[in-house]
Amino acid sequence: MRKQEVKKASEKDKPDLKGTFVSVMLLGVFIIITWFGAFALFISR
Amino acid sequence: MQLAKKETVSKTSVQALPISKPESRLYMSFISVAFISLLIGGLMGLLQVLVRSGTFTLPAGIDYYQVLTVHGVILGLVLTTYFIIGFHFSLMGKTVGISLKQRKVAWIAFWIMVIGTVMTAVTILYGEASVLYTFYAPLRAHPAFYIGLALVIVGSWVAGFVNWHQLKVWKKAHPGEKSPLLAFMVTINTVMWFIASLGVAVAVLIQFIPWSLGYAETINVLLSRTLFWYFGHPLVYFWLLPAYMAWYAIIPKIIGGKLFSDSLARMSFVLFLFFSIPVGFHHQLTEPGIDPTWKFIQVTLTMMVVIPSLMTAFSLFATFEITGRRKGAKGLFGWFKKLPWKDVRFLAPFIGMLAFIPGGAGGIINASHQMNSLIHNTIWVTGHFHLTVATTVMLTFFGISYWLIPHLRGRKLTPQINRLGIIQAIIWTVGMTIMSGAMHIQGLLGAPRRSSYSEYGGGEQVTEWIGYQMAQAIGGTILFIGILLMVYIFIKLTFFAPKGVEEFPIAEEEEDAEATPAWFENWKLWIGITIALILVAYTVPVIDIIQHSPTGSVPFDFPIGR
Amino acid sequence: MHLHKYEKIWLIFGTGSLVVFLLIVGYGAFWQGTHPQSHGVTIDTNNIESNEAFKPENLGLTKVEEDKYIVNIAASAFFYDLGKDEDGKSVKTIRIPKGSTVLWQAATKDVVHGFHVAGTNVNMMVEPGYVSSIETVMDKPGTYTIVCNEYCGIGHHMMYATVEVYE
Repeated sequence: MRKQEVKKASEKDKPDLKGTFVSVMLLGVFIIITWFGAFALFISR
Repeated sequence: MQLAKKETVSKTSVQALPISKPESRLYMSFISVAFISLLIGGLMGLLQVLVRSGTFTLPAGIDYYQVLTVHGVILGLVLTTYFIIGFHFSLMGKTVGISLKQRKVAWIAFWIMVIGTVMTAVTILYGEASVLYTFYAPLRAHPAFYIGLALVIVGSWVAGFVNWHQLKVWKKAHPGEKSPLLAFMVTINTVMWFIASLGVAVAVLIQFIPWSLGYAETINVLLSRTLFWYFGHPLVYFWLLPAYMAWYAIIPKIIGGKLFSDSLARMSFVLFLFFSIPVGFHHQLTEPGIDPTWKFIQVTLTMMVVIPSLMTAFSLFATFEITGRRKGAKGLFGWFKKLPWKDVRFLAPFIGMLAFIPGGAGGIINASHQMNSLIHNTIWVTGHFHLTVATTVMLTFFGISYWLIPHLRGRKLTPQINRLGIIQAIIWTVGMTIMSGAMHIQGLLGAPRRSSYSEYGGGEQVTEWIGYQMAQAIGGTILFIGILLMVYIFIKLTFFAPKGVEEFPIAEEEEDAEATPAWFENWKLWIGITIALILVAYTVPVIDIIQHSPTGSVPFDFPIGR
Repeated sequence: MHLHKYEKIWLIFGTGSLVVFLLIVGYGAFWQGTHPQSHGVTIDTNNIESNEAFKPENLGLTKVEEDKYIVNIAASAFFYDLGKDEDGKSVKTIRIPKGSTVLWQAATKDVVHGFHVAGTNVNMMVEPGYVSSIETVMDKPGTYTIVCNEYCGIGHHMMYATVEVYE
């Protein structure tokens, strides 16, 4: 599968999306932190 | 500066049809109502934050809740619906075209909506409908309020029917071709809007109008609320999806890139159609008469509607990164610097995207079943939707206006207006950060929403709340300055900007893009699944609500000062 | 339809987080009984006094046993009826010893109201024809404001009461 992608050799097929990946994962971490923050507050009340 | 660039490639492609004068008059009429609403609604917002600061009293016996009703109705219903329909029509006109007959019907839609809006506005201004825009049975407004709102909805349906017809005509003329992405998205949004607003239409026609006229003695309050919220949540997605249209299909062009993926964009819209509607119970989590298991089922469906937004986040970052790298960006985040920060058509929607990060995170918290009691009906919720609709959606709509209005008016977005727009976006960001931030914190401290200034008999808690209300007054005042500036920009773009050609930016696919599967055009399937999900989520609990309902409520006029 | 490898990871991670949220709240709701209040108990819409709990003499604070209390509230525009004190005046403040288990029960005589003991999870809609109730342990001393947090008319913001939790 991967080899085929490389063969196509177009930059669209295998664009470098490392920055995107890091960005969305940071976004995910933000969501998780806020949710658990609210959850902790809920539990403490 | 890219701003004054003329249309080049797009003219020849099927995606870009010229917009004639009479057409642009139609589209501009809708958009103009939206900007008038912005001014009036914004003024009401300013009055509210000032009253709540405790330093200002409304003159001439005007009631706080009357002002609040105007604010909610005119911004939440009038501004949004008119702008969206104007934008929808522009997108359809540009991508699939509009016939003379369709245009005439579209004008009928416009006038039905205007009549409805005026009826509603008059009843509110006479103090006969201080029921806020969520109705609040058994508070009873004047029948004209409900009839007016019904007309606004019926008008919006007519507009949607025209959109569907536009696509149908295009598809006949282009057999076997996939529908243009933006036309596909508009159709999803109007289908969702139609299915969702059936709920509020039933509530208004069968429950509220006969009851307010005195033909029906009582009203089933819980049923009316359930029907409202069946509509109330997809309503917020009806606001959001046009912003997503711009993010997916217009922003890439503005930043000099291509569509990330046509099929993924369509996929996320299909998922929004599925999961926007069967989730209304998450607005009713603390109500006594709904079975908690069914509440939880709808909470689960609510989490499903987060997924297309996760997809959207990835698509957007990917568009930015791919475009940046093509422009020679290096490293993990080098592409970030290649974005056109000085182009307001990009900057305003981009801030909108950022605001959706805390907005979305807050939304997940709100919908988390029993955790809802942490924030239910506190001013946190007000802070939440001032991020989502009043920042994410509004800044994107402003971002659209900077090119759409001059395009329709045969004018140009000048560097000077562009600079004003950037200032506007920054003012908005500052004002909203202060106001919405203060609302979020104050809400967690327990302060209620939809409430005039009150010291509640004193106490430490309340003293603390009032401090945050002062902050909201500051933020709200800054936002009102932003509104004044935006209205000035609107007038400038409409009447005074120099004549010329402004680009209608529509992103194109990569030349070697993967083909979009044909099954995306299977509307019967999408609508069938949507209806099935609604039936699953609502049939049993609604039967339960009706079967176990207490005696209905007689109308109450005195609490709203009638 | 092609998904980039990173997008797959992201969607699995994101959806997985949502599933975790659901499992946590689901566990609390179904196994520990912390559902948001939804008992579906009905009451005569036009005469809440037909229910024992909302007869005038039963309104306000009642001690059931050591550290166990019931608070019955009759809501109407724009007033929480917590019963009368010895002098025949309307009670505005109720005092509860710290650590007590309190069952809050509210019903409305007219329109929809809210009932929020601000700063706690006691946050309920009060709707015509239904009894709203929730049980909680008041374990933090302090003064709490009860606010009507659902719009009920022009006097909505004047609808409040106070709870004192003392050591």
